[in-house]
Amino acid sequence: MNSRKFVCIICPNSCEIEASVEDGKIQAISGNKCKKGEEYVVQELTDPRRTISSSVLIEGSFLPLCSVRLTKPVPKKEIFRVMEEINKVHLKAPVSAGDVVIQDVCGLGSDVIVTKNMERV
Amino acid sequence: MEKRDVVIIGGGPAGLAAAVELKKKGIEDILIIEREKQPGGILRQCIHDGFGLTRFGETLSGPEYAQRFIDQAAQYHVEMICNATVIDLSSDRVVTYDSREGLVQIQAKAVILTMGCRERTRGALAIPGTRPSGIYNAGVAQSYMNLFNTMVGREILIMGSGDIGLIMARRFTLEGAHVKGVFEVLPYPSGLPRNIEQCLNDYNIPLYLSHSVVDIKGEERIEGVTVVQVDENMKPVPGTEKEFSCDTLVLSVGLIPENELSIAAGVELDGRTKGAFVDENYQTSTEGIFAAGNVLHVHDLVDFVSLEAEALADGVVRYLNGEAQKDCEIEVVPDRNIGHVIPQRVSGKRDFQVSMRVRRPMGRCRITLRQGENTVVSKVVPKAIPAEMIQFKVPSDKINSGEKIEVLVNEQ
Repeated sequence: MNSRKFVCIICPNSCEIEASVEDGKIQAISGNKCKKGEEYVVQELTDPRRTISSSVLIEGSFLPLCSVRLTKPVPKKEIFRVMEEINKVHLKAPVSAGDVVIQDVCGLGSDVIVTKNMERV
Repeated sequence: MEKRDVVIIGGGPAGLAAAVELKKKGIEDILIIEREKQPGGILRQCIHDGFGLTRFGETLSGPEYAQRFIDQAAQYHVEMICNATVIDLSSDRVVTYDSREGLVQIQAKAVILTMGCRERTRGALAIPGTRPSGIYNAGVAQSYMNLFNTMVGREILIMGSGDIGLIMARRFTLEGAHVKGVFEVLPYPSGLPRNIEQCLNDYNIPLYLSHSVVDIKGEERIEGVTVVQVDENMKPVPGTEKEFSCDTLVLSVGLIPENELSIAAGVELDGRTKGAFVDENYQTSTEGIFAAGNVLHVHDLVDFVSLEAEALADGVVRYLNGEAQKDCEIEVVPDRNIGHVIPQRVSGKRDFQVSMRVRRPMGRCRITLRQGENTVVSKVVPKAIPAEMIQFKVPSDKINSGEKIEVLVNEQ
């Protein structure tokens, strides 16, 4: 059995969690203020995931870029593949926060959505 | 001269939240003056997520968080003028701003300062070396990349481990640049632990604690830096110099409240926060002038900026109703382990929210507000680090008049 330390990234509390792990299963856990910390540790051990944000080109608005983000976290190892897809997007104003620009990106079950209202100018 | 009940300087998260809350409390005659083309303040360029967990119970990107308040401001018919820069504020609350219509003056009954903060620059650090291009403040690089589609460089070094620098380390990496390291002069990071984890560790970006940049090389464009290890007194350790090549150096070395206008209005500033001295109503030393958000003290989370601005609205309403507010005579004074405390004066008649930051990382500690031998309130926190602001409610029932309140922290 080995003990591993984690910093939970779910909320700003940034709980420092210590978990004893055997065969990928948690035997003992301490330091987390809430249940989400435990879920985070399990996720980190089995399939670490992250949400990413970026920006895409937009035509016809007051700025050349529009901000976007994923609706759900994707496996960490897929982040750069997702970025490649995001970089292919070109939008035309107007767009609104929440507009889906890529559905089910790379088949990972997460959408890329606009996070900014950008009117046509 | 035009007259207004309330003029709010700055349409970022603090200004918007204050305006909406005042409307909810029945104050109708409000004007927000914003210097950018759109409201939202710095959140417009903070495209990463993690905002709103405290305020809305969900994780949003910066622009989405701002949009919630922009929508509410519109719903409550808050008047706002953008592309207008306030250039002067007098102690009797005459606001002078410059806009497309020319120079305008407004006499306000109350003025709310929500101008936010600025980044500390290379000039403030006195790093020796040449003055080539390719040296950016983290927030400036963020604006170039996230708003204007301009990549700042390919081989990047970051000086300082503030949150914006950490967020940008990840952003540079996602956009194909190589971040070779983050150098922090202190023996612990300045940013939040979750950002060390998800912005540096996730991308194998090394963090060099107790390291400082001592030389900058390059003529036209920066070509590299010399980095040295420092001892516990922050003095360079001879023989530890290392050379790093780069085409870009990003500085994330702290934020300073932007108080040019406050100074013009005679508002007294606290040397510890670099923001105004305020009472529990968030009123400054100048009557009728209030302050909240990063212009008052630098926050780590926008959620607390919104909550602070909403709390400020109560004080402004009382002031506009003519309730006496010159009764805050009890000083609140931090001990040497606490960097600063807000508010710095209270009446002792109303419960208030206290905010503070410790000076160095501490484990489990007890924070006590004490008046002489009398304990006003005492709390235990599991850990305290300078990167995280500590806030809690202080009940007024145990406060006596007169004597100062000391804020003490003891590691247990």
